[in-house]
Amino acid sequence: MTKRQLWQRLITHVDPMLMLGLCMIMSTSLLMLYSASDGNWMRVGGQGANILVALVLMWVVANLPLHYLMRTALPIYLFGMLLLIGVALFGEISHGARRWLNLGVATIQPSELMKVGVPLMMAWYFEKHEATLTWKNYLIAALILLVPVGLIARQPDLGTALLITASGFYVLFLAGLSWRIIGGMVVASLASAPIMWNMLHEYQKHRIMMLLDPTQDALGKGYHTIQGMIAVGSGGLIGKGYMAGTQTHLDFLPERTTDFIFAVYSEEFGFLGNLILLAMYGFVITRGFMITGSASTYFTRLMAGSITLTFATYAFVNMGMVSGILPVVGVPLPLLSYGGTSMLTLLLGFGMLMSIETHQKLNKT
Amino acid sequence: MKRHVELKNHLREIFHFRLRLAVSIGFTMVLMAILLLRFAYLQLLRHDYYQTLAENNRISIVPIVPSRGLILDRNGVEMAHNYSGYTLEISPSKVANVDATIDELATLVPIGARDRKRFKKLSSESHNLESVVIRNRLTDEEVARFAAQQYRFPGVEIKARLLRDYPYADKASHLIGYIGRINETDVDQLEENDLAANYRGSDYIGKTGLEQSYETELHGITGIEQVEVDSSGRAVRLLSRTAPISGNTLVLSIDAKLQEIAEQAFGNYRGALVAIDPTNGEVLAFVSKPGYDPSLFIDGIDEQSWEELNNSPDHPLNNRALRGQYPSGSTIKPFMALAGLFYKTRSPSRTISDPGYFTLPGSSHQYRDWKAGGHGSVDLYKSIVVSCDTYYYGLATELGIDNIYTFLSRFGFGKKTGIDLGKRLDNGEFESESSGLLPSQEWKMRRYKQKWYAGDTVSVGIGQGYSLVTPIQLAYAVATLANDGVGYRPHLVREIRSARANENRAITVPPDANMKLDPDDVALVKRAMVAVTQPGGTAVAASAGASYQIAGKTGTAQVVGMKQGEKYDASKIDERHRDHAWFIAFAPADKPKIALVVLAENGGHGGGTAAPIARKVMDYYLLGKIPTPLADVPEDKDAPHD
Repeated sequence: MTKRQLWQRLITHVDPMLMLGLCMIMSTSLLMLYSASDGNWMRVGGQGANILVALVLMWVVANLPLHYLMRTALPIYLFGMLLLIGVALFGEISHGARRWLNLGVATIQPSELMKVGVPLMMAWYFEKHEATLTWKNYLIAALILLVPVGLIARQPDLGTALLITASGFYVLFLAGLSWRIIGGMVVASLASAPIMWNMLHEYQKHRIMMLLDPTQDALGKGYHTIQGMIAVGSGGLIGKGYMAGTQTHLDFLPERTTDFIFAVYSEEFGFLGNLILLAMYGFVITRGFMITGSASTYFTRLMAGSITLTFATYAFVNMGMVSGILPVVGVPLPLLSYGGTSMLTLLLGFGMLMSIETHQKLNKT
Repeated sequence: MKRHVELKNHLREIFHFRLRLAVSIGFTMVLMAILLLRFAYLQLLRHDYYQTLAENNRISIVPIVPSRGLILDRNGVEMAHNYSGYTLEISPSKVANVDATIDELATLVPIGARDRKRFKKLSSESHNLESVVIRNRLTDEEVARFAAQQYRFPGVEIKARLLRDYPYADKASHLIGYIGRINETDVDQLEENDLAANYRGSDYIGKTGLEQSYETELHGITGIEQVEVDSSGRAVRLLSRTAPISGNTLVLSIDAKLQEIAEQAFGNYRGALVAIDPTNGEVLAFVSKPGYDPSLFIDGIDEQSWEELNNSPDHPLNNRALRGQYPSGSTIKPFMALAGLFYKTRSPSRTISDPGYFTLPGSSHQYRDWKAGGHGSVDLYKSIVVSCDTYYYGLATELGIDNIYTFLSRFGFGKKTGIDLGKRLDNGEFESESSGLLPSQEWKMRRYKQKWYAGDTVSVGIGQGYSLVTPIQLAYAVATLANDGVGYRPHLVREIRSARANENRAITVPPDANMKLDPDDVALVKRAMVAVTQPGGTAVAASAGASYQIAGKTGTAQVVGMKQGEKYDASKIDERHRDHAWFIAFAPADKPKIALVVLAENGGHGGGTAAPIARKVMDYYLLGKIPTPLADVPEDKDAPHD
């Protein structure tokens, strides 16, 4: 194999547009981590390693033919369910919530796996029954979604439960769930809001209340919101300049390499910087929708659409949280925040997008 | 044709999907637009406001630690309070050579080896930016001396802090407990309970005793000061201030003077004393001897003091009243007598003949009475007065272990009383107490995988064998007996006073046991217990010259076992192996206001050592009489051994 052939082999299944978008955001991540950690190369190197590992996973997934992808749906889902039940029974409690499962070798958080597992399973299920879809199939798909979500909400991890609900709902929506039912669900969820409120844990209520008046808890969780808003607001039109954010470098911002990294970016690059960042995310999302639009099978359409919409949702929730319009739920900014697990989950999704795009191209030719 | 329909369906499907996709794209654009608007609002419209907050006037949020609640006795005497004192502190990160600096400081203010050791320990535990205490409780003169030389010591400063003081020191150490530095375990615990925000700035947390069990009441609510800091982080202006709310004051049911008298009455004996108001469960005195100086622990105990306390053969750190488990000895007899009457196993008039020992049918093993030759003809009344062992060997055998277990557990034996001391669990219970041991068939099977033998029951009748009690447990049982079978959970706090107006809470406890005993049975047992303290009883010393009637019962708990036919001779036995002395009592006998338990470790027999201690406590509580230190009741050489 010549160098050229090797290179060809390497990039056949990599979508260049998507790759470009991802690389822009991931480079920004490294740039911001350097600033957020006060010039700590360890943090930057760590994230670099996360990115490399995740890229390898993405490449492997991108190279998997589509029927392979489909075949993994059921095992992944069942394995995830098994782990979730394991967590409910034997999970380790940390900070009052039971989310982690100690497998002896490593502790894992099964809800992370379900972020991919649930939409994958639902898309697979719809594909299987494509020819004869009735309302019953939607009901069963909804159950496929709600059982793991219920287990995760009980942990309690409301943030993740809501996000998985969203990604599952996107599958239902794209699969053609009737508008009337969607309307009914909206009405029902509004009507059940007071009941849901009563079922929330005290700390969850606290976080929502705090959004209305962050100064109520200025030493605790409200501190995050207040400092995040100050950082974003004081960034102004063009920002304070790279490495010059006072909120960041005088130690006011909490969790600034993880959930609040957007505050660092926003403070240092201002409104114009935010426009550029939104454009980068928009670029990736647009490419995702293009792949969705040209996807040839039911399964791939649902999967590609759900992955893209979920990505957009994560980005919105994190930026909304940092800028004070959503409660602090502990969602990282996709591709930008420090963290190996979320990087892996995200690039796994993008690997699927690339597989969907590149394999059907090959089929056509 | 079919193919055509399929194709048509397919096209329609694609159309529907494209529609959904368009809606999705629209939805995403709306989300983006919301973010854009928010950014525009924060960064363009409100930029000046946030600019002011962040850039020109950086706001620092400084927690203001609330002052910890006081602990008062029932008459308002302070048992734990705060004083503002000066500490000399070093910020290790700002000092080049810490050891040299300490040597230099030692020429100005005395710094002992213990101070140095503690400093080493604290600085290894602290975060790098914090200042660490090298000396506390500086005198005004020492402060002045250092202040004049301060310029020579960058990174060393004097800080005014609110310090905790325990005026009763070792006299109430097992009751009040102490506070100590917040360590990593505490931090985890606080985060788990979502309390970390309220502890920002706090250095101390309750570690044992009431300081621990009422931590949430005592701590208070941390205040917030928003200050403007300049670019180097120095505060330049106060912007807003939310005042801290001081911790709540605990008003105890303890009488501090009574506590002190009880503690002193022990002299050199080790042991425990618990006195309870039988009408409501309020604990009046709670002593575990010896105590320790709780202030040693506040800033982390130095190694040497810790070794001394931990390795002392007297075990001063052991809370005997709460956790000490001992055989109850003969103090169980009044309760056994009640069980006999309750189950109609024994009528008051039935007499047995005591030859000085008891044998089970078909066995030659002799269970000996403490009195060689026996007490002759004994009925229930006399069995208590002379503490006849043989009577209770027989009674226990006739009752059987199941009845004994059922009846005694209703008096609280074998389970925690729930006194409000120690670590408070999520379910509102406290974890530090020992539960003693009330043996049962099921317990023996679980513990030893063996069935219960008739011989096991015999010694339970006189409070030996497997059974173990804690002093607090026995005190609860005595109070319940004194109150005619209606028991109250022992508790130490009777009122919680809030710093905020009108939020004081009185604490009363509803009765947790009503034994529904026959009043005649109770009256008989009480009468016999009064006779115990009269001539002919086992605790004459307890009521000699008393102007009120005392009901009591002595007991001894064996420390080393005796072989068959061997005789106990106190003078020949090493002091640490002598029997423990018990005395339980309540007074006045007809309308009890105080019920108490005294345990004197290695004190020999209860009538000689434990009863006089109880007497001093009752004299003070009922008559206000303060004992003269040397006027000990002379030991009665001929007093019965039990």
